[in-house]
Amino acid sequence: MKQIHDLQLRRSGRIAKLKEQIIITGLVVCSLIAILVTIGIVASLAYEAFRFFQKIPITSFLFGLEWSPQTAIRADQVASSGKFGVIPLLSGTLLISTIAMIVATPLGLLSAVYLSQYAKTRTRDWIKPMLELLAGIPTVVYGFFAALVVAPIIRNTGAGFGFDVSSESALAAGLMMGIMLIPFISSLSDDVLSSVPKTLSEASLGLGATRAETITKVIFPAAIPGIAGSLLLAVSRAIGETMIVVMAAGLSAKLSLNPFDAVTTMTVQIVTLLTGDQEFDSAKTLAAFAIALLLFILTMGLNMIALRVFNKYRTVYA
Amino acid sequence: MPEYSLTTSDKLKARHASETRFRWMGRIAIFISLGFLVFMFAVITVRGIGALSQTRILLKINFDEQLIDPQKSRDPQQLAIANYKPLLTKAMGQLFPQVTDRRDKRRLNRLLSSGASFELAEKVTKDPDLIGTTQDIWITAASDVDLFIKGKTDNNVEEKLRRLKNKEVNWIKQLEEYGKIKKKFNTAFFTKGDSREPEMSGILGAMIGSFFSLLVCFIVSFPLGVLTAIYLEEFAKKSFLTNVIEVNINNLAAVPSIVFGLLGLSIFLGVMNLPRSTPLVGGLVLALMTLPTIIIAARASLRSVPNTIREAALGLGASKVQTTFHHIVPLAMPGMLTGTLLGMAGALGETAPLLMIGMVAFIVDVPQGITDIATSLPVQIFLWADSPEKGFVERTSAAILVLLIFLVAMNLTAVILRKKLEKKW
Repeated sequence: MKQIHDLQLRRSGRIAKLKEQIIITGLVVCSLIAILVTIGIVASLAYEAFRFFQKIPITSFLFGLEWSPQTAIRADQVASSGKFGVIPLLSGTLLISTIAMIVATPLGLLSAVYLSQYAKTRTRDWIKPMLELLAGIPTVVYGFFAALVVAPIIRNTGAGFGFDVSSESALAAGLMMGIMLIPFISSLSDDVLSSVPKTLSEASLGLGATRAETITKVIFPAAIPGIAGSLLLAVSRAIGETMIVVMAAGLSAKLSLNPFDAVTTMTVQIVTLLTGDQEFDSAKTLAAFAIALLLFILTMGLNMIALRVFNKYRTVYA
Repeated sequence: MPEYSLTTSDKLKARHASETRFRWMGRIAIFISLGFLVFMFAVITVRGIGALSQTRILLKINFDEQLIDPQKSRDPQQLAIANYKPLLTKAMGQLFPQVTDRRDKRRLNRLLSSGASFELAEKVTKDPDLIGTTQDIWITAASDVDLFIKGKTDNNVEEKLRRLKNKEVNWIKQLEEYGKIKKKFNTAFFTKGDSREPEMSGILGAMIGSFFSLLVCFIVSFPLGVLTAIYLEEFAKKSFLTNVIEVNINNLAAVPSIVFGLLGLSIFLGVMNLPRSTPLVGGLVLALMTLPTIIIAARASLRSVPNTIREAALGLGASKVQTTFHHIVPLAMPGMLTGTLLGMAGALGETAPLLMIGMVAFIVDVPQGITDIATSLPVQIFLWADSPEKGFVERTSAAILVLLIFLVAMNLTAVILRKKLEKKW
């Protein structure tokens, strides 16, 4: 009798163990899917980009100064074979991101400083969610607003001063993108500033420095790496932002650093190349994947640098 | 010595002044950011509120059997495709007996929406008893008329450049005198799909499309995200693999959304051959995008469950799996749900990846399932914003308002959920 009982117990124990093993294996499989997604992204982008580079040499893509992807639709048609130089797209992306960062950096950092160093808890408690609301607004809304309200205002003001402003100026898209980035920068920097050890600021205040002096000369320098990290993340987001530029920036690939000009960006070109009906194998559609690969590498690189900076910073004050 | 103290007090004053300046700079920065938020909300509300009403014209429609159903079959299919235009023409003719010129008559008809005859068809198919009777019916007016009634057209422009000529304007004024033209609540906006005519278009199709996409997104990303978080937080030992997974998740969170769209295009559509332009594919792409958000939130929530619970369960003889699933996960659930809800809110506003997988088509029908062709609310906004018709401007703003209301509701629910269910340890 006892033997049987033992046997049953052992068997049920074995089954339970097996069950646990299965469950744990399931968990591992789930967490591997996250890696699978990354592999999927890299593989699909690289594969299509590779096919693109078989048609267009990689050097003329990376260093070409002209972008006009109009290829002949039919074989017998006489048309330009298409120029796929990515430099104008990069310069456009850079121009708009720079404008965005010029707007967002001071506003975001000053908001973060005020919220983390000056504001009372109660003020902070209702201003922070409001700022986060700004981050929660879909980018299509920003794009609509940029195209419908901001761009005309800029054009009219420009005309008033005698400037010739394009109706799809880089300035409108950049301004709007800057507004979008404010909460992003402010909440990240807020965390960074709050994590600077209290002892530093107390020492400075104790020596008679004012709050502003403490912030600019003690807290801020101590937080510089973390803040640099948050700005890098913001740049990465600006480069990858799509809807605002699709709706407010232009399509003309121009090498220009004039913020009143219409420029185009990498994301805009991906959208224009891939929406609408096209055959899947043309150089035009494949070009979108090549741009996306470049975009992915750029944002990934920025993000990795940012994370490294963050981690280093964290170990300093841990 | 008095000299010395004088200089320091001067310097002190300057230092205090710069302190005040600095403080004000912070205040101004916040003011600008929030001021912009308010400005944007105000502009969109002012522009969008008009779309809640739609101008309609009261017509005495005689449902002449000879014209609609001469065979007296009352067959719904026949009734649906019958020609209702003559009924409208007749009714308009009765209102304006003085208009006799053929070309003028056609222009008179154009005061009504070109979809007006479908409205009648719908009514008759639903209630065939109407045939043979005469009814007073509020018929949807054309978009130009609607804009005129709402005061959104500039009437000082030269007649040639206006869409409504003087004749039309006079007719409208006459209708106003009779009290036969009025703004009514715009039900079509909430009950119809997209349309080429602004006055006939609605957001129901886009809303249902968004709903199905989010449903797919939730079904895929919630279990995956939570299980991944459980593994990383409760089971995984520090190893090369877990380290890779962790770095990977953090990086995935920063990948531009449009890249996920391209992934969907080449894998889900290209390799797996799933149906293009459907909520199924859209939801899958959104799921991959929200996965990092959910994982990060779920891990934070698991981490906040105190170790004493784990130790108590293990001490009483529960296995690791039992401890986790019977005790830790239920306690962490509110936090996980909050994180998921926030991730869903982000997915609801996402546009770019959906453009990549073809959810930008012009779709009139309201989708019935996850494999029907559909758009989503933000894509509809994008499409309307691109449209040259002036009547779509207020509809775009109104659609944005609806989207924002949904987003705010989801965020609020998340906050309340967290407050209500979260335990303080």
